[in-house]
Amino acid sequence: MKEQLQNIETSAKEELSKVSDIKTLEELRVRFLGKKGELTAILKQMGKLSAEERPVIGQLANKVRGDIEAALTARRDELKSKAEEMRLKAETLDVTLPGKKQKIGRAHPLDVTLEQVEEVFLGMGFDIVEGPEVETDHYCFEALNMPKHHPARDTQDTFYINENVLLRTQTSSVQIRTMENRKPPIRIISPGRVYRSDAVDATHSPLFHQIEGLVIDKGITMADLKGTLELLMKRLYGEETQVRFRPHHFPYTEPSAEVDLMCFNCHGKGCSMCKQEGWVELLGSGMVHPKVLEECGIDPEVYSGFAFGIGLERITMGRYSINDMRLLYENDMRFLEQF
Amino acid sequence: MDLSMKWLADYVDCDMPIKDFVSGITLSGSKVECYNEEGDYLENVVVGQVKEIVPHPNSDHMFICQLDVGEGSLVQIVTGAQNVKKDDFVPVAKHKSTVLHDGKPVKITKGKLRGEASNGMLCSLGELGLNIHDFPYAIEDGIFILGDDCDKTIGKDIREAIGFNDTVVEFEITSNRPDCMSVIGLARETAATFGKELKVAKPEFKGVDGDVNEMLKVKIHNTDLCKRYIGAIVKNVKIGPSPRWMRERLRASGVRPINNFVDITNYVMLEYGRPMHAFDLRYVEGAEINVRNAKAGEKITTLDGIERELSEDMLVIADAKKPVAVAGVMGGEYSGIMDDTTTVVFESACFDGASVATTAKKLRMRTDASSRYDKGLDPHECYEALMRACQLVEELGAGEVVKTVIDENYQSETPLNVEFSADWINNFLGTDIPEAEMVRILEKLEFTVKDGRVYAPWFRVDIGCKADIAEEVARIYGYNSIPDTIIRGVANAQRTPKQNFEKKVKAAMLSMGLNEIETFSFISPKYFDKIALPADSKLRNTVTIMNPLGEDTSVMRTTIVPSILEVVGRNYSYRNPECYVFELGNEYIPVEGEVLPNEPVRLGIGFYDTETGADFYTLKGMVEGLMNAVGAENIEYERPADDCEFDEVSAFHPGRCAVVKVDGRQIGIFGELHPKVMENYGIEARTYAAKINIPELMELSCDTKTYKPLPKFPATTRDLSVVCDEEVPAAVLEKVIRKAVGGILESVTLFDVYRGEQIEAGKKSVSYSISMRSLEGTLTDDQADKAMEKAVKELSAIGAELR
Repeated sequence: MKEQLQNIETSAKEELSKVSDIKTLEELRVRFLGKKGELTAILKQMGKLSAEERPVIGQLANKVRGDIEAALTARRDELKSKAEEMRLKAETLDVTLPGKKQKIGRAHPLDVTLEQVEEVFLGMGFDIVEGPEVETDHYCFEALNMPKHHPARDTQDTFYINENVLLRTQTSSVQIRTMENRKPPIRIISPGRVYRSDAVDATHSPLFHQIEGLVIDKGITMADLKGTLELLMKRLYGEETQVRFRPHHFPYTEPSAEVDLMCFNCHGKGCSMCKQEGWVELLGSGMVHPKVLEECGIDPEVYSGFAFGIGLERITMGRYSINDMRLLYENDMRFLEQF
Repeated sequence: MDLSMKWLADYVDCDMPIKDFVSGITLSGSKVECYNEEGDYLENVVVGQVKEIVPHPNSDHMFICQLDVGEGSLVQIVTGAQNVKKDDFVPVAKHKSTVLHDGKPVKITKGKLRGEASNGMLCSLGELGLNIHDFPYAIEDGIFILGDDCDKTIGKDIREAIGFNDTVVEFEITSNRPDCMSVIGLARETAATFGKELKVAKPEFKGVDGDVNEMLKVKIHNTDLCKRYIGAIVKNVKIGPSPRWMRERLRASGVRPINNFVDITNYVMLEYGRPMHAFDLRYVEGAEINVRNAKAGEKITTLDGIERELSEDMLVIADAKKPVAVAGVMGGEYSGIMDDTTTVVFESACFDGASVATTAKKLRMRTDASSRYDKGLDPHECYEALMRACQLVEELGAGEVVKTVIDENYQSETPLNVEFSADWINNFLGTDIPEAEMVRILEKLEFTVKDGRVYAPWFRVDIGCKADIAEEVARIYGYNSIPDTIIRGVANAQRTPKQNFEKKVKAAMLSMGLNEIETFSFISPKYFDKIALPADSKLRNTVTIMNPLGEDTSVMRTTIVPSILEVVGRNYSYRNPECYVFELGNEYIPVEGEVLPNEPVRLGIGFYDTETGADFYTLKGMVEGLMNAVGAENIEYERPADDCEFDEVSAFHPGRCAVVKVDGRQIGIFGELHPKVMENYGIEARTYAAKINIPELMELSCDTKTYKPLPKFPATTRDLSVVCDEEVPAAVLEKVIRKAVGGILESVTLFDVYRGEQIEAGKKSVSYSISMRSLEGTLTDDQADKAMEKAVKELSAIGAELR
């Protein structure tokens, strides 16, 4: 019997080494270890053995079973991993083939920039306020210290609807409406479309966008204006951004300042991009003129404030190196899909 | 304003490097646009003297010159000019030099001309970049023979020798500072900016005896528009060219020298910023000057030779009969200074800025004079300007100035003044500038600080409040020396519900693959025809621009649809294979009885796709996606009926257009474009468009959501195919199924619509997958079957039979 057991083990191991698929392996398992298998058949004869032989053979039988089982498992693992390997190999793809197209809409570059500016100001506690684009002369000019025949009106060639109604040339009109309706403290930005009768070319458009800002409270200083705008510039253009403030004139602010950004290209040395100036003019600002405050029913002896206006097109074109403003309104897919 | 640095140096020390001057003066408020060195393109051109000149042996018109250019030995140069003589001093462009040719710099090198060596070139004025106005004694088509007003040092750089070496700085002067449109004004700014001394003396003249009032009468008929009129008379005038220094400065300032009297008036205007005028007394009829409004239909031929019709609101300078000048704008042709003029009237007056501005605009002639007057000059400064002109006449020996002057309508006033408080200024600026420093700055700018008030100098017409004084202090102290601080206090800000809603709509559009566009708010009225709008459509009632750039941008859009289609059509013409766009933009709707129109926000969608075969249902999917994204409920889609609120329905294919309703309200219209409209836009691919009313949709949508527990029990699904008449809309079938299945219905999904074989003509087979589920337990087959039986029965009742 001992011999029989050893033969089973030998033949099982021999057959196992020849097996090449899981199915045959399973058949072998049944043949050797199954209920009607060879090993079981031998064990059924155990009863015929003497008391001395029985434990010895029993032990041997168990060892043979264990050995065959281990061999089976090892062979099964081997076959499985081989099969998996083959499958993976067969399924290899050309990963350089193009992907399946997914449609993803693109936001317009002007709106991408606008949203970023809005986030900066929301973070600083500025509400976003909107107002009419078709506006009265009063809100666009008169209330902003620009009576009829004011020379500054010349520089803002205006589209008129009738003598009293026009297309706003600036979103400052929204600031006036806000000051009339809200009590200080006021912190707002007013983004939107504005209109000036400039013919379309690479740097002009009869319609463009402005973002104007207004802060009114007790004790607002010109230093606050500088701090706020410097922060905006750093958020938009990076921490290393350098700005300078330069006196200018606007009828609705006093003192007035223009803010220049150090030219990215030449770092202030002067190059063709900044017209040799080293600086690029970016926005206008100033302390709100006391006449404007008075006009809106705010006492300039108690309150002060600052205002500023940025051209959205100018920032956007700078950020993306867009050299022709017409591209922004032409809406060619090949342009829009770049953003 | 072009500033000559040589001229500036008369009044203030300005020998700092030009870069420092430019950045310093810019940062104190006088912005420099650019600067350039006169004649900087000239290289290696020097003064030479002709020592010998002989005809060229091989030419009948050329000469061989031997020139002394200060190099020890003579230099041989061949010239074709006919005006050169022995001993003449001429500009010599040596070997390896640069001169101008046809306005462009060119290199000159030695060579041979018809066999004779020529080691350079003799130059004409043009080759130096000048013309005969700069040197009236020179000839245009010949070599420039240096006159006695030039430095004839042999070998000297030509730019220095003829005074063509100024630095010209171009300023952008803001409209509140007409005083800076002058050399003295900018000298004052320079002195204040760089802490230098301003050296301006009061101009004076000796004069000759005589009573000006006997020679000329001046009457101001409109004292509002003419605040002061000063006149002086110069007798025995000698008209001729003005001296080189004066011509040089005029040229650097961009003014062409004419003759001594015209030049003096221009010189004074540039120096003092006060426009002046000179008349020939011969042509002032009746020897009287009337400052009056023009009469209706009155005409004048101005100095530029153009006859202009005047209107009654324009102020003119007239003699006894006719206007001789348009006040503050331009003189008349026939009263100007001629070569034979013997007696000159100088006018220095103060005209109302707004009136000059309006007149100049109406006559379409903005002149150096009007652009100074229109900013509002003050009456006090007229006097000094006139004195300066008279002084220059004497200095130039150009005539005899009558001692007495005419001075009409002069009223002395208190200078503009405001309260002065150093504390207020520091609190306003956020600075800590000592009071003494403020006073020093203000005095440098010629303000006077006295008894708690600050008095502005006469020429500062822009001072009216404390903030103006703060600005003066701040700009000289330096804006960039003011600290940067953060606004104190906490403020809470958030987007408004409207802004959030629009953001949500935009996000939904982007997620569905539509690109955002920006289009003009104004359109052409022809666009209404392009979308086939009926002639009587309310949308043709527009907000119309009185002074548009052109018809294409002349009316504010009352519908966003044509704006979208323009973009789609443009992309098609660019041969882009697909175009998917949307815009969130305003429409501008006039409101009866209101001053301003309504400006509602609209969503416009447009697309075509030549590659993937997108269709009506692609568009409908987008509309459904939007409704889902904004949480709108109770949505219906139907064919536009007679009550359709959208006139744009005319733009759509009548069989492929739908109105979307939310809670029974019409919110939008969408569909395939009418073939005629596609043709109007030149699009050959099927094109789809939509317009959705955003404020209305916002009102009907819901952004508060409550969680519904996820189902615990499995769903049971049954398929159902029915055959019905072609005309029965799917929405009706679905409604019947929903009602019949009742509470256990989870979803009804249409998965097939079939026409053709096995289906009777005029009928269609519609297949639904119906999912049912109960929250209480697993549905039994019996429950599901009963629900389905009910659905079949009720479908049958409307003529849809089980297939």
